[in-house]
Amino acid sequence: MVGLLAAALLLYPIVFSGAFYRDIGVAFLLAAISASAWNVVGGYAGQVSVGHSMFFGLGAYAPLLLYTLWGWPPLVGLPVGILLSVVLAVVIGLPTFRLSGHYFSMATLAVAELIRIFFGAWPLVGGAIGLQGPAVARGWWDLTFRGDLSYYYIFLAVLGLLLVVTFEVERRRFGFYLRATKASERAARSLGVPVRLTKLKALALSATFTSAAGSLYAVKTGFIDPDSGFGILVSVQMVIVAALGGAGTLFGPLVGAMILIPLQTAANTWFGGGGSGLTFIIYGGIIVLIARFEPGGLHELWRRLAPRLWRRAHAA
Amino acid sequence: MILLQVIVGGLLLGAIYALFSSGLTLIWGMMNFINFAHGEFVMLGMYVTLLVVLHVGGGPIGFGAVAALALFALGVGLYFVLIRHVLRGPMLSQILSTFGLALLLRYTAFFIFSANFVSLPPTVLAGTLNVGGIFLPVAQLVAGIVAVVLTMALHFLLTRTTIGSRLLAVAEDRSAAMLMGIRPDRMQALAWGLSAGAAGVAGALLATAYPWSPSVGETFGLIAFVTVALGGFGSVLGSLYAGLIIGLIQAISAFWLGPIYKDIVVYGLFVALLWLRPQGLMGKA
Repeated sequence: MVGLLAAALLLYPIVFSGAFYRDIGVAFLLAAISASAWNVVGGYAGQVSVGHSMFFGLGAYAPLLLYTLWGWPPLVGLPVGILLSVVLAVVIGLPTFRLSGHYFSMATLAVAELIRIFFGAWPLVGGAIGLQGPAVARGWWDLTFRGDLSYYYIFLAVLGLLLVVTFEVERRRFGFYLRATKASERAARSLGVPVRLTKLKALALSATFTSAAGSLYAVKTGFIDPDSGFGILVSVQMVIVAALGGAGTLFGPLVGAMILIPLQTAANTWFGGGGSGLTFIIYGGIIVLIARFEPGGLHELWRRLAPRLWRRAHAA
Repeated sequence: MILLQVIVGGLLLGAIYALFSSGLTLIWGMMNFINFAHGEFVMLGMYVTLLVVLHVGGGPIGFGAVAALALFALGVGLYFVLIRHVLRGPMLSQILSTFGLALLLRYTAFFIFSANFVSLPPTVLAGTLNVGGIFLPVAQLVAGIVAVVLTMALHFLLTRTTIGSRLLAVAEDRSAAMLMGIRPDRMQALAWGLSAGAAGVAGALLATAYPWSPSVGETFGLIAFVTVALGGFGSVLGSLYAGLIIGLIQAISAFWLGPIYKDIVVYGLFVALLWLRPQGLMGKA
């Protein structure tokens, strides 16, 4: 099953070689990476961030800023973005993880908005206009390629790495700590789980990959501004992709991205520019429905329905 | 003199912050639940006001009452349709339910009313008072005073009346309250109605004095978080003080640093509070 999925993802851009399909493929991978990264803290640790765009944005700005200021290659900017994101994760996580989960969610929303407004007013990072990346690559370390194919395979490699890391986390002691923390913090603490540290580690790991996703997005687009980096819709996309597929499951975000990204592309094609507003009305509606009826997402729905369908098929 | 003008303006706006934040803090105090759509309730209150003024007419008391009742009904309805169910669910459900609702309401408002700024016709509470050299638009003055009065009224409702005692009883111990013959569901629905109603009135008051667009919901929602964090979660009196302080801080930082920085300063205050005093001025840890 996993091998089949890997083969399909590897072959996709070769089978569907049109620019349109490759665009969708790259968008899908980017959404899957961000949502899988969100999933580490929002799904596995149960700490629902609604401002993950802060890490995405820092990751996006770091390579372009270092390039603009001193001509540093984006390959160097990427780890700098990760470092900044991890520091930010600690700054937010340390105080809020002592308190109930609502404080963390509120803090993420407020901090993301704070940074967005701040970057819009800060001339060094281009203010409301934003920053641009290298137009022509000086070498592969500029991560600036013609065509989507190179990006597709870079993104795919990052997604693969993230999934392997998540899989390993699931199996190890840390994974059990995460599940215990999510189920009941008080019970976990009484059993000797370092609850605060566990949540903090999960947030740092999540911030690392979210930041990397932001860097990749920025070098691929060659451009970043406060809204496309820190805007609330960036955070919303991560939340909905992960929650639709199944928060706290390994492949949930992938499934969510497989459904939502083609839908979003189709909506934008059909409704033109006016479609984006409509898309977010629908996103809001879907999020409410998931929260009300199926917090486990499609994963949970499938687990409930699959045995029933199987029985019916065999009874007939 | 200009500074005094700025201070008074900030306090008057802060009074309205206090009113809608008291709705957010009420829900937090009763159910340990954060409503991410609270700012959108304020925004809806503003558009309800606009629709009433444009299509029905009537004075400030009329559209204020309509905005309050409409949002009260929305709050009660939402409680039974959505909130009651997610309260029993995991953290993910609790946060995503109102977060999704906020998106739904915000972008629906964009869709219907467009992103343009609107304001009420200037005939509603027009004029400016000159009080010892300070110029006060009548609308702002009335809105600020009414907001303080209503926030105090909510405080007394919660602390001095039977209904308030029942609400607090449910917050304190749900099953014990049931044994005393209180129906928790009704009380919690009432709390959602009061919370949304307060946001609705605050919206009507804001609409008389300030222009707005659908995006104000996000800003007011965040301001309500900061106010509640400063005043203490669950304390209406705390949110009154905090609202006034935040209005003041915003006005002064806009005056000294420039309008862009007024929100940066306020959100920065929120982050500082999380580090230094997460229980707020008047809250319990």
